[in-house]
Amino acid sequence: MIEPRVKQKLIVIGNGMVGHHFLEQLAARPEKELFDVTVFCAEPRPAYDRVHLSEYFAGRTIDDLAMGKVEQYRDWGFELLLNDTAVEIDRDKKTVTSASGTVKNYDRLVLATGSYPFVPPIPGHEHEKCFVYRTIEDLDAIRAASEGGTVGVVVGGGLLGLEAANALKELGLEAHVVEFAPGLMSVQLDGGGSELLKNKIEDLGVTVHTSTATELIEEVDGRLRMRFQGESKGERELLTDLIVFSAGIRPEDKLAKSAGLQLGERGGIAVDESCRTSDEYIFAIGECALYNNFVYGLVAPGYTMARTALAQLCGETSEVFTGADMSTKLKLLGVQVGSIGDAHGRAEGAAAITFVDEQSGVYKRMITDAEGKKLLGAVLVGDTDDYDQLLQYHLNDIDLPEHPEQLILPAADGAAPALGAGALPATATICSCHNVSKGQIVDAVAGGCCSLADVKDATKASTGCGGCAALLKNVVDEELAALGVEVNNHLCTHFPFTRQELFHIVQVEEIKTFDALLQKHGSGRGCEICKPTAASIFASLWNEHILKKPHVGLQDTNDTFMANMQKNGTYSVVPRVPGGEISPDKLIVLGQVAKKYNLYTKITGGQRVDLFGARLEQLPLIWGELIDAGFETGHAYGKSLRTVKSCVGSTWCRFGVQDSVKMALDIENRYKGLRSPHKIKMAVSGCTRECAEAQSKDVGVIATEKGWNLFVCGNGGMRPRHADLFATDIDDETLVKTIDRFLMFYVRTADKLQRTSVWLENLEGGLDYLREVIVDDKLGICDELEAQMANVVGTYQCEWKTAINDPEMVKRFRQFVNTDEPDEKIVFVEERGQPRPARNEEIVKIAEPA
Amino acid sequence: MTQVAITHTQWQPICQRSDLVADSGVCALVGGASGASKSIALFFIPGAEPQLYALDNWDPVAGAGVIARGIVAEIDGELTVSSPLYKHHFRLGDGACIEDEAVQLASYPVALDGDTVCIAIDEG
Ligand SMILES: Cc1cc2nc3c(=O)[nH]c(=O)nc-3n(C[C@H](O)[C@H](O)[C@H](O)COP(=O)(O)OP(=O)(O)OC[C@H]3O[C@@H](n4cnc5c(N)ncnc54)[C@H](O)[C@@H]3O)c2cc1C
Ligand code: SF4
Ligand code: SF4
Repeated sequence: MIEPRVKQKLIVIGNGMVGHHFLEQLAARPEKELFDVTVFCAEPRPAYDRVHLSEYFAGRTIDDLAMGKVEQYRDWGFELLLNDTAVEIDRDKKTVTSASGTVKNYDRLVLATGSYPFVPPIPGHEHEKCFVYRTIEDLDAIRAASEGGTVGVVVGGGLLGLEAANALKELGLEAHVVEFAPGLMSVQLDGGGSELLKNKIEDLGVTVHTSTATELIEEVDGRLRMRFQGESKGERELLTDLIVFSAGIRPEDKLAKSAGLQLGERGGIAVDESCRTSDEYIFAIGECALYNNFVYGLVAPGYTMARTALAQLCGETSEVFTGADMSTKLKLLGVQVGSIGDAHGRAEGAAAITFVDEQSGVYKRMITDAEGKKLLGAVLVGDTDDYDQLLQYHLNDIDLPEHPEQLILPAADGAAPALGAGALPATATICSCHNVSKGQIVDAVAGGCCSLADVKDATKASTGCGGCAALLKNVVDEELAALGVEVNNHLCTHFPFTRQELFHIVQVEEIKTFDALLQKHGSGRGCEICKPTAASIFASLWNEHILKKPHVGLQDTNDTFMANMQKNGTYSVVPRVPGGEISPDKLIVLGQVAKKYNLYTKITGGQRVDLFGARLEQLPLIWGELIDAGFETGHAYGKSLRTVKSCVGSTWCRFGVQDSVKMALDIENRYKGLRSPHKIKMAVSGCTRECAEAQSKDVGVIATEKGWNLFVCGNGGMRPRHADLFATDIDDETLVKTIDRFLMFYVRTADKLQRTSVWLENLEGGLDYLREVIVDDKLGICDELEAQMANVVGTYQCEWKTAINDPEMVKRFRQFVNTDEPDEKIVFVEERGQPRPARNEEIVKIAEPA
Repeated sequence: MTQVAITHTQWQPICQRSDLVADSGVCALVGGASGASKSIALFFIPGAEPQLYALDNWDPVAGAGVIARGIVAEIDGELTVSSPLYKHHFRLGDGACIEDEAVQLASYPVALDGDTVCIAIDEG
């Protein structure tokens, strides 16, 4: 219980990411009631996610980036003064005065004023086309200046500078980076790493000028000319439309300075372990604070300081800040970069192990102690898959394996075993954003969380930047396994592989039968999970008839009998009607067949006709008649392409801009027969009015003036999902090629019974990654995907046509193997002029003679 | 005619070995002793011990004669058939339902006599 007493006045200056985190944490504590809180915020809006600021250019809105909301502060009862800069602290009177003239008393004061970008004093730097890169307003100004321009220069080749260069590139400018030092990201990377990064970035179309110092900026004909110093290598000058300075940050310490607080030699408000400044009533946290002569320019250490200061304020004096790890992993202009600990090998006796693959642009370097036992640091460029593991070795001081180089060498036989989560001490930090240790995760699992999602909910781990997702999963899996909960993504007990792995095995070893697969890679006799999965993989790869001898028995009843079983054991029959286009003659045949075999008929949502109530032994007869009339199987029974729905498009509709029916026909005829992890639905609309509802399909195509827009991974049904726009204004050929690749990649990598929507949601890297693979061919597999699809398309057969011409297959459709009698237990009654299965009570009545 | 090796009176021939489908089921109609006929699901699992199984074809959960059209699945080392409609598993050996103790299919002795499949159905 908290004793009621006079509330203390708490003032927070600065409402950036760290200041906000502090207040959010306070709001969640019972001690909140002990304080009257006032917040001075110099910016026109409460805190937003500066870390993801660049996404503002990519379409994220101010709302998307917002962290603190005005209403939320009101709910918390905190007074938030927006657009009001604190200008003076009077430590004797304990007051803060703001630019608007407000004067407030404090008992405790927290400085969270962050930092400001350093602009080198180059003559001309104050020109109106010179910018910095820190706030939403900065970005608005850069965007406005970029309009009509062609060239943009970033001064500074550090982490932020490269991010800014990417932004300029996205704005359509020819981007240059001018760096004074000999290498990029010199704080985080060693020489080799930064050289490789430079090459990669230049490949992406950004010009990098290293060892280049700017001497003068002057205006010529409405543009800016940068003149470089004589000792600079390369160009002497550069013409540009705008300049962004990103030459480092300086702690925002003016206020503290004028209040006489102790600062560091080169700035920064000095704090101790409790995050107190030289005045015991004043704390400083985040980028304005200097601890141990170091300013931490990352958000995670700032958050740690915020929690420390808050704990101290609440009397928990044992909570202290003792520095933070500055390791980082990020993607710059699409290049993965990681830096851990002592990347430069500055420690005495440090030894290095380097791996370079110039071909694919990968550079990895490990710094170990003299004995090669401990990891002091690492640099990774081009491939950061090893980052998480290396970081844990580093942070937890774990002994390196006997051949530490195996940690960074490409996986091959004999690679070092992955660092098991079990090797980590309970104190190891798993999620640095929310400061969640392994111990907390273990406790959460012991406390009843039995899935990754539960653990995330309970601990908030991995809900920040998400960088720890893989490691978190390892820890959770391991804990669950220790508790005896089965956690594997094995297909089933017969195959210790995922569907994707199995697909790979079948493909590489060219395995064609289930028996062979089971013998080589499985155990037991198989079940209803692995058998159909294997059959589907065989079909995707080798496309043999599903009723061919070795494959019989692998399928669920619907696939075995190529029809959909209904509740009374009869089947429904759905012939293919490509694109929903059907001639009157064919419609008449459907009617005649339905009448002859007494079938219930219904129009489906996929624009075709479903015929219900066919007995097993009738199926080959019905199909004989349908095939004679030119119908083909509709695969309604299979995990395969169902329908391509279409609107009439430009042929009939006054709004149509393309022939959607023809495209639907082409697509349906191309992909019919493709076996996949789950059913696939498609649609084509003739214009943006979208009458074919393409955006609820796995593959949706919508006509535009210039071609087609392609949407992927939509879903109707129980869990609807809107499809994502994947490619715009593409021509017929590109459309088909893209769908080929997309479908085959899905077929290859999806889990069993995973619709495209769920597959995408589980795909690491999401839509962007998918685009990289399918459009940019990042994995170099597109030729193979297309070839595989060509094989499926080329070997298409109407399964029913083949079946009715093969007496052995037809035998399979006998109701009884020893007599031609029908199953007398199947009874129909009539309703609304059509047959339907009799209900139980009706059957009894019929059975009793009247 | 092949020699009748099994001489028990209840045994009756129902179909030929060639009617069976390996690793899968087929359905046969058997005249019961009481005169009413009965649908039997026959499963043939080459290499298993035994390799032939006979169960009622009627699935009481679904209320339809569909057991022979289910997929054969090994669950915890035991052979079962998964009924196609609601996917209940029935043990091939004794017809017990894995998901629901209260449900049970009748199972029958079945054997090959040369190339003829014979089944033993109780009186009544
Ligand atoms: C483009 C960009 C990308 C980044 N990427 C990453 C990244 O990937 N990972 C990472 O860890 N970090 C990254 N950072 C750094 C990260 O954003 C900072 O570490 C973090 O924002 C620091 O938070 P802060 O609250 O200390 O400072 P700030 O977020 O700067 O907040 C300080 C606030 O105080 C206000 N203020 C200052 N003086 C006063 C005054 N006198 N009165 C009232 N208000 C005042 C300022 O206007 C500002 O709103 C990035 C930064 C930028 C700009
Ligand atoms: S989507 Fe466009 S072209 Fe197609 S029917 Fe609707 S309005 Fe007409
Ligand atoms: S929505 Fe439900 S009831 Fe309707 S067809 Fe689908 S599964 Fe059957």
